[in-house]
Amino acid sequence: MENCRSCVAIAGADYCVIAADTRMSTGYNILTRDYSKICKLADKCVMASSGFQADVRALQKQLAARHLIYQHQHNKQMSCPAMAQLLSNTLYYKRFFPYYSFNVLGGLDNEGKGCVFTYDAVGSYEKVGYSSQGSGSTLIMPFLDNQLKSPSPLLLPAQDAVTPLVEAEAIDLVKTVFASASERDIYTGDKLELVIINAAGIRREYMELRKD
Amino acid sequence: MFRNQYDTDVTTWSPAGRLFQVEYAMEAVKQGSAAIGLRSKTHVVLGCVNKANSELSSHQKKIFKVDDHIGVAIAGLTADGRVLSRYMRNECINYSFTYESPLPVGRLVVQLADKAQVCTQRSWKRPYGVGLLVAGLDESGAHLYYNCPSGNYFEYQAFAIGSRSQAAKTYLERRFENFTDSSRDDLVKDAITAIRETLQGETLKSSICTIAVVGVGEPFHVLDQGTVQQIIDTFEIAAEQEDPATEPDAATGQEAATEQGTAADQGGSTDEGAAPMDI
Repeated sequence: MENCRSCVAIAGADYCVIAADTRMSTGYNILTRDYSKICKLADKCVMASSGFQADVRALQKQLAARHLIYQHQHNKQMSCPAMAQLLSNTLYYKRFFPYYSFNVLGGLDNEGKGCVFTYDAVGSYEKVGYSSQGSGSTLIMPFLDNQLKSPSPLLLPAQDAVTPLVEAEAIDLVKTVFASASERDIYTGDKLELVIINAAGIRREYMELRKD
Repeated sequence: MFRNQYDTDVTTWSPAGRLFQVEYAMEAVKQGSAAIGLRSKTHVVLGCVNKANSELSSHQKKIFKVDDHIGVAIAGLTADGRVLSRYMRNECINYSFTYESPLPVGRLVVQLADKAQVCTQRSWKRPYGVGLLVAGLDESGAHLYYNCPSGNYFEYQAFAIGSRSQAAKTYLERRFENFTDSSRDDLVKDAITAIRETLQGETLKSSICTIAVVGVGEPFHVLDQGTVQQIIDTFEIAAEQEDPATEPDAATGQEAATEQGTAADQGGSTDEGAAPMDI
């Protein structure tokens, strides 16, 4: 049933990188090599989801409709932290018949700092400096921990979770990480789609990955 | 309209076959401040006069965005209008969620009319006291509809509702044949002029009117005060100079002549900081 398997997000001081591969598969077969798992929810807020794509699509439509209502009522776009809470509530709403969707939300908060939120299928979420979801995450997460792990948020004085890396370095890291994951994870490959959010706006980049 | 024994209930007919409560509801629309709408083949413009309760308060919001391709201007009980626009927004969102395409304006208008009709046939309800000018764009082109409290709706090339709207209607009646092929900017100018008609002598300022546009390639949005003031200023300049050749646009020059004619009818309005017009 699972269709799509890997996504990653990294938050920086003034940017956020969200990436996912574009392979959609079922069982041991590939359905398509060119499927986008990344969805723009608001001006400064982007979601990448792995898991069952029908549920992912339904979830994206729900959030888009709720965002439209918010804009009518408040006359402005939703901020990333607000969207994060909305996503959590939407997921928990179906606690007893969940969206089979493993999400990472990335964007800029109200001050322009990068933020990443990571979720499980029923809405438990946490603000982190970086995250990955999907089958590839077992290979990707340890590598990100090695490169990016910051001191525990429980320590005092409070330390920033966002990485001190520059945007170009973070993009490079993401590309490396996916190239490595494609080597061993059969569900990850074909093409990498990167979405970079910073003060200038949103832009997309693509990179070829292994096709096998 | 006089008080009589058949006007207590909305569900009581009069011997002449009228529902007085519904007609009284239409009166409420006439008491509200003016709203006008006009359309061309590709654009629809809505305008309204901003009315504030007192000098100390802000003015009521009378133009609402319903969706990217639909907007509405109201006259009458603004609270009823607010509730109805919330309903319209929900309908649009639900339709595009299910069908992944924008709700056709004609459909929305019928749903709205049916909703209004329900209130004319229930003893525990009252009719909505608001008239709505629905402006929208869909596959079949640009549309402007008027929804009454009675549950009727009509499509218009141009229309005006609310108090002193007759002056605007007269202006629009004179000019509506040109609207189909008008450019977007000319349409906006016509809208502002129509609003000026309802002001009857009051100075036309951007703070008094709100203008909104929807068109091909242009989602529904309210024009900001600066833009509106600029357009108003071009009127005053054109009218003052009494010289069509000064304006690069021939249409505006033609309009300048109309401005002067209208101003003369009103007895000459005083422009902001400019000399009174010499007719």
